[in-house]
Amino acid sequence: MRRLRNWAPGLLLVSPSIILVGIFVYGLIGQNIATSLAQTKDRITGRVTNPGGLANYTNLLTDDRYQHALWNLLVLTVVFMTGTMLFGLLWAVLLERGVTGEGVFRSIYLFPMAISFVAAGVAWRWLLSPAQGVDQAVGLNQLFLKLGMPWLQSKWWSDSGSFNMAAMAIPAIWQLSGYIMALFLAGFRGISDDQREAARVDGASEWQLYRYVLFPQVSPVALSALIILGHMSMKMFDLIYSIAGANSYTAEVPATFMWIQLFPQSNPTGAAANATIILAIVAVVVVPYLIYTNRTEKAGR
Amino acid sequence: MATATLEAAPAVRRKRFVTPMKTVQFVLLVLFASAVLIPLYVVLVTSFKGGADVSPANAWDLPHIFSTDGWASAITRLAPALGRSLILAVSAAVLSSILGSLNGYVFAKWKFPGADVVFTAFLFGMFIPYQAVMIPLQKMLLDLQTHGAPWLDGIPKLILVHTVYGIPICTLIFRNYYATAVPNEILEAARVDGAGMLRTYWSIVLPVSMPGFVVTLIWQFTSAWNDFLFALFLSSSRNGPVTYALQELAGGQNPDYPSIMAGVLVASLPTLIVYIALGRYFISGLMSGSVK
Repeated sequence: MRRLRNWAPGLLLVSPSIILVGIFVYGLIGQNIATSLAQTKDRITGRVTNPGGLANYTNLLTDDRYQHALWNLLVLTVVFMTGTMLFGLLWAVLLERGVTGEGVFRSIYLFPMAISFVAAGVAWRWLLSPAQGVDQAVGLNQLFLKLGMPWLQSKWWSDSGSFNMAAMAIPAIWQLSGYIMALFLAGFRGISDDQREAARVDGASEWQLYRYVLFPQVSPVALSALIILGHMSMKMFDLIYSIAGANSYTAEVPATFMWIQLFPQSNPTGAAANATIILAIVAVVVVPYLIYTNRTEKAGR
Repeated sequence: MATATLEAAPAVRRKRFVTPMKTVQFVLLVLFASAVLIPLYVVLVTSFKGGADVSPANAWDLPHIFSTDGWASAITRLAPALGRSLILAVSAAVLSSILGSLNGYVFAKWKFPGADVVFTAFLFGMFIPYQAVMIPLQKMLLDLQTHGAPWLDGIPKLILVHTVYGIPICTLIFRNYYATAVPNEILEAARVDGAGMLRTYWSIVLPVSMPGFVVTLIWQFTSAWNDFLFALFLSSSRNGPVTYALQELAGGQNPDYPSIMAGVLVASLPTLIVYIALGRYFISGLMSGSVK
């Protein structure tokens, strides 16, 4: 009884949040899964057009348009994650060594993070205009012409090739590299100077210092960064919507295709199945990560 | 909580390499910084151009005729939505910060059986792609709105949604903050003196909570201000926030570039100001997004 009196008030205080999160996160996810398995009927005749169940998923997965969107997502994710990690790490290494005006560089690299994807997208829509040639080019293509580097011109994401989404990753890399830099920088700053000194005394070269002393210690940061970027990439919507418009097939990923399914195609069942798959992909990575951090935290106590 | 960990390392090891290495490092940093600033340059330059000046041919030049027409038109068109965004972002930030503070206090100091499991379940809410709740969410809120809560239409709906989905991150930030900022001994002393949970919160925990609140308020303000997904699904051009209005402004048939680019800046200014003025706290918020 005494123990109950100890913890009951705490539970009571958190209960509004438990109820809200319970409904808005878990309840709605459940309902979305239920929708994704629903049977569909013809609106007028009432005839069953689709028996529902897992068939909804196989229908979606075998749909050419969905497969195209999945491929786009794969290209986007690989280029976006690689680019952002590379720039983030590079900037962090350049800055952690100490340099004049460090604070200024840090602020510049990080500022895109404060801007909405929509605002950035509006600017990048113009920068990534596909038109080329002296009379037509705008945006980056025109800049390349002016700088005397016409071979750099590209149709960017509007290109009909399979890897056009690599261009869509550019604005995303622009927005998030600073974030990853900040994470790595904090990681490097958390390593005591004694370790560097010790390594140098032992005759380690700069490269060896990073390779064997510093990088291993920021690897947990790298893991967090990968998880954050990965889940952002899976749900990336605002930026693509803003750059390519609401209805672009070329730049379509599952997250934007879901909007098409729901509104222009009025197919909530398919949209729900699509959304459930996005969730499943994220959950497969995030849940083990959360359990792992929970464990390591407990072990560290 | 990873506050201020980005601050420069002690100067000891800095003086060492005034070498070519150092120069290369600096040149690289300048090059990257210029590349990052390119979009900002174009947006800024275009926003101050007048009618005839906007031709694509001289888009990269400074304005020949300096004009603020673009800004005037952008401000006029975005003003109502700016007001709505301000109400939305401030309310959502305050509400989820309060809930986050209470939750964080309990998860850090008043654990109930199963608290860790509940906390992990909260954290998962931070990572979910909102697409996975959007369809039933839209329906549930529309039902609420048509059955007894017509006032929910527009911004109140978005306030509710941002508050709820902001609970996980705010809880995490406060839990981590309280775990280190409030020593157990003080709480124990308060308990011995007969103070209950709420009394302890009010007189001991809340007064030292300011740093936590600054971080969650900034974080929530920024994410509510910058959100577009919820705005698109749950509001309309009539009652939506500024991201919605900007999208409409930019999506016209005959794009008025000075006005669009001025719109980009107008819509980003509040978060940019917050970032410039309170950058250190902004960064702490970013850090806490990485769970640790």
